[in-house]
Amino acid sequence: MIDALAYFCLIVGALLSLSAGVALVRFPDLLSRMHAATKPQALGLLLILAGCALRLRDHLGVMALVAVFQMATAPVAAHMVGRAGYRSGRVRQDLLITDELASEADRP
Amino acid sequence: MIAGRWRDRCVAAAALTVIWTLLWGSFTPLTVIGGLLIAIVVLTVFPLPPVTYAGRVHPLGVLKFAGRFAVDLVVASAQVAALAFRFGSTPRSAVIAVPLRVPSDLGLTLTAEALSLVPGSLIVEVDRERGVLYVHVLGVSDLADVERFRGEVLALERRLVAAFGSPAERTLCRENR
Repeated sequence: MIDALAYFCLIVGALLSLSAGVALVRFPDLLSRMHAATKPQALGLLLILAGCALRLRDHLGVMALVAVFQMATAPVAAHMVGRAGYRSGRVRQDLLITDELASEADRP
Repeated sequence: MIAGRWRDRCVAAAALTVIWTLLWGSFTPLTVIGGLLIAIVVLTVFPLPPVTYAGRVHPLGVLKFAGRFAVDLVVASAQVAALAFRFGSTPRSAVIAVPLRVPSDLGLTLTAEALSLVPGSLIVEVDRERGVLYVHVLGVSDLADVERFRGEVLALERRLVAAFGSPAERTLCRENR
């Protein structure tokens, strides 16, 4: 039973990571790609860690640390990349429905 | 004020010690004391900027927030995964400005972190002085979607404040619904 749950977690996690990879290749611009890099990938990693924890029942502390730091750092990294990309004009304006940041006059 | 700073430092030292023992993977006196010493050295050499935290933790609010966050994380991942495999169309997106009602540093940080992990949103820019988040939204098709999403960001902020906010922040949130 626990093994079945572990296999389920591992397979779904692997599929989510795969979809994150596909999204990275297929999405049109940098900001959309950062979505792919933060969300399915984070949940995929969490599921794989959960699967490993259920299967191995060892190194639980390190796995918890990996999960916590993943959740804490992925948004920050995505923010920094997105911000740098926006400021250097690497955003496809034609794909944006509205851009409320563009009207900020004080933007350097 | 001084007492508050000492409390913050003690919490930080305890957290660092816990991380240290988890990294070693064993709970022995040596790792605990070693971790504590390293935490004290780290906090003395790299002092943290004072984080003003006036609120207190509300267990029920935290549970509500965590439950909703878990659901949102699953929905977000499924949504991005679905978009990745939808061939033939290019996902449209938008950059919207969301002025938060509680412009504290901690509230801003927590909201931004949580936002980046839940459906369709990514922080592009933060205006700390005015407490405005600029959010990139993936998979919107028209302006009605954009307005709906703005409401969702504010709802997330409300749940966070209900979990971690001070009484003043809670009333502020309730009044400007």
